[in-house]
Amino acid sequence: MTGSRRALVVALQAALLVSVIGAWELAVRFHRLDPFFFSQPSVFGARAVQWLTKPGFLLGGHSIYHHLLVTMEEMAGGFFLGVTFGVAVGFLLGRSQFWSAVLNPYIQVFNALPRLVLAPIFVLLLGIDERSKIALGFSLVFFIVFFNAYRGVRDVDRKLVNNARMLGASENQLAWHVLLPSAMTWILSSLHTSVGFALVGAVVGEYLAAAQGIGWIISQAQGNFDSAGVYAGMLILCIVVVLVEFCVTWIERRLIRWKDTDETLFA
Amino acid sequence: MNNLRAVAHISLESVGVTFGRYPALRDVSFDVPRGQFVALVGPTGCGKSSVLNLVAGLLKPTAGIVRAGNLPIASINRDAAYMFQQDALFPWKTAIENIMLGPAVRGKPRPLAAKEAQGWLDRVGLRGLESRYPSQLSGGQRKRVAMAQALINRLPILLMDESFSALDVQTRTLMENKLLELWQELKATVLFVTHDLEEAIAMADRVLLFTAGPEARLRGDYPISLPRPRNVSEARFIPGFPEIYETIWRNLKEEVMGTYDW
Repeated sequence: MTGSRRALVVALQAALLVSVIGAWELAVRFHRLDPFFFSQPSVFGARAVQWLTKPGFLLGGHSIYHHLLVTMEEMAGGFFLGVTFGVAVGFLLGRSQFWSAVLNPYIQVFNALPRLVLAPIFVLLLGIDERSKIALGFSLVFFIVFFNAYRGVRDVDRKLVNNARMLGASENQLAWHVLLPSAMTWILSSLHTSVGFALVGAVVGEYLAAAQGIGWIISQAQGNFDSAGVYAGMLILCIVVVLVEFCVTWIERRLIRWKDTDETLFA
Repeated sequence: MNNLRAVAHISLESVGVTFGRYPALRDVSFDVPRGQFVALVGPTGCGKSSVLNLVAGLLKPTAGIVRAGNLPIASINRDAAYMFQQDALFPWKTAIENIMLGPAVRGKPRPLAAKEAQGWLDRVGLRGLESRYPSQLSGGQRKRVAMAQALINRLPILLMDESFSALDVQTRTLMENKLLELWQELKATVLFVTHDLEEAIAMADRVLLFTAGPEARLRGDYPISLPRPRNVSEARFIPGFPEIYETIWRNLKEEVMGTYDW
């Protein structure tokens, strides 16, 4: 993309944002939208700023940063556990035709189950603290990563497997030098989705039963008919997701540098 | 001494290969003495690649026995290097990492393997491109990496499956000459599959001609006694070349025509 084209894209993106937010703001001011349901961008924006800039402003006895930290911990817990087990199980089953045939129907059933319905069970089982949210995030993330890792191992290029074998690679060396890097592309592309689902697990878990976290703040605001509080909570979650997404993209770039052909120079 | 030389390095004894219900090869027998450069030619789909896969241990014969160094091949042949038709470089490894994989997985310490790989990279003329990924190399450069990758283990058998067929003529001639030079140094036994008869005669000590499949068999076995060292691009001017070419071509043509049923 040329420079001027890129500038145009950014300009249009900014214009789109400003016009949507502006339309929302004006619609509420001129009584086209009911602020009881839709709040007002200037109002919930100010609320979010107030939460973020005045650490003395307490919500349920804690600052917003405490709640953010709790939600982030739950998200990270569900994410890392889900990714670790998803990669491990996907990799093992991908290598064993036999066990993947045995377990296939059960995996299909668990995957078809809308896993958010497990949330009440996790709350009963693990209590209302962070563990039940991590478990929910795990159940969401695991399957996404699992399927991608499995697919990645299965789809590996036969030529590359044969080449590695001919060069003298043992089964373990084959896994390390060929299967894992080949599955990596699939696994990494699933991480973007997984991070989002880990956050869903954390927030929905908090929303159902918790004493802290952003999901809890939103649920409290809803209970008080405070739509500005709901939107402010959502706004903060959006910012978090964007930041995390940046990190994932950065890690992805590091790990699959070989795919980057931008600097191709043919001699 | 004579006794030793008589021992075949690679031998196929009444070998048959069937893929599902398709009989690819039938009753193929030949012996290759150590250090010989053998070209396999024949119409497409005649099972030339299957012969390489048999010797590599990637394919099991449905009938007969394949031996290397007098032992039947039971699994992957650890004495054979294989240069595939298509690109089989590991896209997530740089040029040097691709080349050093062989020695590394065979237990050589990494610094040593890297040093050796550097030497091979220089020999195939890619100095300075160590840290390029395959996606950043041209087709010819990738082939050179593949050649270094296959040869670095210095194995006694080298299998090549139309390895140069996708290259432009100039690059191809360069690669062919390079291969002959390295082969004379490594003294490997070579099975070289090609559809190009001129390439086969210019490079090999012996040409094996296969009939068209299904049930491909060996049709002819032609010794090539042109003097060495040879320059591939000038081989066709060597006295004796046209006669050999014509003999083999007459037989090959019949097989090729048969394939298409003209």
